[in-house]
Amino acid sequence: MRFVDEFRSADKARALAAKIAGLCEPGRQYKLMEVCGGHTHTIYKHGLEDYLPESVTLIHGPGCPVCVIPMGRVDDAIALASQPDTIMTSFGDMMRVPGSQGSFFDAKAQGTDIRMVYSPLDSLKIARQNPDKRVVFMAIGFETTTPSTAMTVLRAAAMKLDNFSVFCNHVTIIPAMKAILDSPDLRLDGFIGPGHVSTVIGCRPYEFVARDYGKPVVVAGFEPLDILQSIYMLMLQLSEGRCEVENQYTRVVPWDGNLAALNAINQVMELRPYFEWRGLGFISHSAMRVRPEFAAFDAELLFEVPGVRVADPKACQCGEVLKGVLKPWECKVFGTACTPETPIGTCMVSPEGACAAYYNFGRMNRRRKVEVTIS
Amino acid sequence: MCLGIPGEVIEFLPDQPDLARVDVSGVRRVINVGLLDDDPPKPGEWVLIHVGFALSKIDEAEAAAALQFLEGIGQAYADELEALQGSQIE
Repeated sequence: MRFVDEFRSADKARALAAKIAGLCEPGRQYKLMEVCGGHTHTIYKHGLEDYLPESVTLIHGPGCPVCVIPMGRVDDAIALASQPDTIMTSFGDMMRVPGSQGSFFDAKAQGTDIRMVYSPLDSLKIARQNPDKRVVFMAIGFETTTPSTAMTVLRAAAMKLDNFSVFCNHVTIIPAMKAILDSPDLRLDGFIGPGHVSTVIGCRPYEFVARDYGKPVVVAGFEPLDILQSIYMLMLQLSEGRCEVENQYTRVVPWDGNLAALNAINQVMELRPYFEWRGLGFISHSAMRVRPEFAAFDAELLFEVPGVRVADPKACQCGEVLKGVLKPWECKVFGTACTPETPIGTCMVSPEGACAAYYNFGRMNRRRKVEVTIS
Repeated sequence: MCLGIPGEVIEFLPDQPDLARVDVSGVRRVINVGLLDDDPPKPGEWVLIHVGFALSKIDEAEAAAALQFLEGIGQAYADELEALQGSQIE
């Protein structure tokens, strides 16, 4: 695999680690947040923390869209799906996310028609095949999936499909980063910026982090060396007293993002005044809803949605984990009452959730021994 | 669903220029390439696919690296491929 070697060489990893160590000021602690759940996964799979000096800590951020859906929205979706003559379609990732009365899987087992789809476009075929049913797509995700929902609504409109709608739960990453920066609990030194989200939004939206908060951001790829390289770029900025937005993942992420995707989103959706995030609470302008021009495709208008706010289970500390205040293993129920098979909190549901990543790779705490997992 | 999966463009559907048949780890399915209208991929080129939409063009080396990353993820990629197999975009 000559292609892959270039991203995974252990020698290159050690060389980068030595350069990172050389940039640490004695006595200073560095806290860097990787925003994206995909990065969290790479970090734990390859034991990247073990390559880093003791004074550099990686904090796992809120960038797992499944993990931030509040229980009330799961309940709302099940209430919607339970209406007569209704089919709900959903990504598989959403099926095990617990609501207050159970998950989509539980609802499906009780006879509610919830079907897993790969793409929102698959819902259109289901709608055409079932003209006497109402098909509602459970739309979730950050800016990586939002354009897909928008394009699907545009296609449904072009097809004049009148039995398809979306229950829109799309969230935006920038307000979540701002909420974390404003949180008094946590002091960060910089961000490893999300890779795939930036494919759509580009690098400019992060400029406020450097300008207003004085923190560097490096948009990163998903290979182990991408992440180490990004940490090095962050540390170099810190050591030189710079704070800028840099793009490590230029082979995929254009500086301006994907304009066609941004246009599709803006055509179909607008920002909500506020939206609840699991664990983080209500965040202003942090989610999308369907524009009035496309009201015919907005399940929130077509159906009666209970909209009841449900508090997270008391034992669950997903909020602290999502903000990076607690490490997953420090949560009271981690690995005991809460496991990937029987998740209490959402961070344990998705493979990109910080808790599931810790649990699956058995990294219960930070060991100092370097493991040779990069080959 | 969050995973960006690399696919090689095989052909465009004759009557629907927005749709292309791609090969993802041996699975051939139709995806939407309408978001790459500014610089459409050609057959033989690689794209990164999110839930049925190509969001960016990538080169072969990046595709190989992304694939290796996904295969290392295990179950999540197996689930994604299974979902893709059930996909019938038209």
